[in-house]
Amino acid sequence: MFLLIDRLSKNFETKDGTLVVLKDITMEIEQGEFICAVGASGSGKSTLLRQIAGLDMPTTGEVRIDGQRVNGPGPDRGMVFQHYTLYPWMTVQENTEFGLKLQGIPKNARREKASYYLNVVGLAKFARSLPKELSGGMKQRVAIARALTSEPKVLLMDEPFGALDIHTKESMHEFMLDLWQRTNLTVFMITHDVEEAVFLSNRIYALGARPGTVRKEITIKLPERMHHVKRHPIFHDYRDELMELLRSHGQEALAAAA
Amino acid sequence: MSLSSNVTPSPPSSKSGFDVFWRLAEDIPKPLQTTLMVASIGLPFFLWWLVTTFGTVDPKFLPSPGDVANAFGRLWSTGELLKDIVASLWRVGVGFLLAALFSIPVGVLMGSFPSIRALLEPLFGLMRYMPAPAFIPLLILYLGIGEEPKIMLIFIGVFFFNSLMVMDTVKFVPKDLIEATYTLGGNRLQTLLQVIFPYVLPGILDACRINLAAAWQLVIVSELIAATEGLGRRISVAGRFLKTDEIFVGLIVIGVIGLAFDLFFQYLLRMSCQWANQKR
Repeated sequence: MFLLIDRLSKNFETKDGTLVVLKDITMEIEQGEFICAVGASGSGKSTLLRQIAGLDMPTTGEVRIDGQRVNGPGPDRGMVFQHYTLYPWMTVQENTEFGLKLQGIPKNARREKASYYLNVVGLAKFARSLPKELSGGMKQRVAIARALTSEPKVLLMDEPFGALDIHTKESMHEFMLDLWQRTNLTVFMITHDVEEAVFLSNRIYALGARPGTVRKEITIKLPERMHHVKRHPIFHDYRDELMELLRSHGQEALAAAA
Repeated sequence: MSLSSNVTPSPPSSKSGFDVFWRLAEDIPKPLQTTLMVASIGLPFFLWWLVTTFGTVDPKFLPSPGDVANAFGRLWSTGELLKDIVASLWRVGVGFLLAALFSIPVGVLMGSFPSIRALLEPLFGLMRYMPAPAFIPLLILYLGIGEEPKIMLIFIGVFFFNSLMVMDTVKFVPKDLIEATYTLGGNRLQTLLQVIFPYVLPGILDACRINLAAAWQLVIVSELIAATEGLGRRISVAGRFLKTDEIFVGLIVIGVIGLAFDLFFQYLLRMSCQWANQKR
């Protein structure tokens, strides 16, 4: 198993007692998969991603990547955040190189690699621009290039297109699919956008809320991954199934909260 | 009722001068802005000239602009004024640099590490509310009446404020930016030096700009009390001999130098942190 999330639970201590955010999550992900974890708010999906990234440690259970237990953050799990996290004082090129610089890679090697990945995301000609000169979609593409430059085993994405307008979002979806197919990347993405998940992933984990649990695992088989597949009946079936799963969970959560 | 009959052009009053002047948080036309800015300095100056030329004010109370210009020429030609300026600038320079040298790292550490913040913030918060001039008797007692108490006064007046202001800018570094650095393989020291510090640099420069104004006030205060030269000393001596024109020279020179400091820091900020330039 390439990326293993093994019976992971996460509790937070609050002043009202222990809050169980994630309960007994198990996921098995193979190399080269595009996985989406879909959940409504309260499903703990961001918390889950933080455990994989190593920004936070699970209460029980563990995350293993390529057989190794995750003990902290590292460049083998590149991360793209929902909010723009480019360094505003660095050019696009410097941003893309920065991970390698932190890892002590010599200047020429990191410049070459950063240029390569800027080319992959189609932003080579913006290498000398500052982040504030880029659109939202371009910023996220730089963030992806920055993560890829370290050649991570898995790319973690925290609702990376959530802040983008609908048209930019759609073109980013096509960009991601293209990137995934070209690079044999393993992607683990969390989102609340059901259509986004169905369109992008080959497998989806639907999360229930309060506490976050894996409600269902769905393998997505679409006839093609083009924009117009969103009108295909199979696409609708997947979407409706997931919507139903998330909706019933929302109601359960409401009932539980009452 | 047809829709079009309800469509009215925007109210004509929006074009009136009144509306342009009272625009809320919106740009005003450039010529109006320039006019107002010139009037800001020019109008009080004109009134001053008007009162002293056509009024019946005793020049011992209010010298005319001409008198002040003459006094300036007199003090400048003897070299006294330059000596005073240099003395004051030296004190403020040393005192402020020392304060900045210590307060910037301390502020960055306080903003970055909750432990250091807990250790220092209560003390600094208390010290901040003790007006620096209130330390003058103690400083004279401890350090005599030479340069040391004056420099120390500036240090006390700047250090605590600057530390706390730097701390605040560091506290607002987005957590995502720090975590992104960890996921790229950065350790804590790299994150502090290569991410947090450059991110807060504009904020630090701005804090320094504001606190330099305080340092400049304190140097004058310290010289009013005990000094052999300096702009504050010049004013205090002029006051003793009722040389109101020299008091005015002192005040204007102090103001102009202070404004020059401010503009210098604004320039520094624009040059060193172009990424942070926002349209204001």
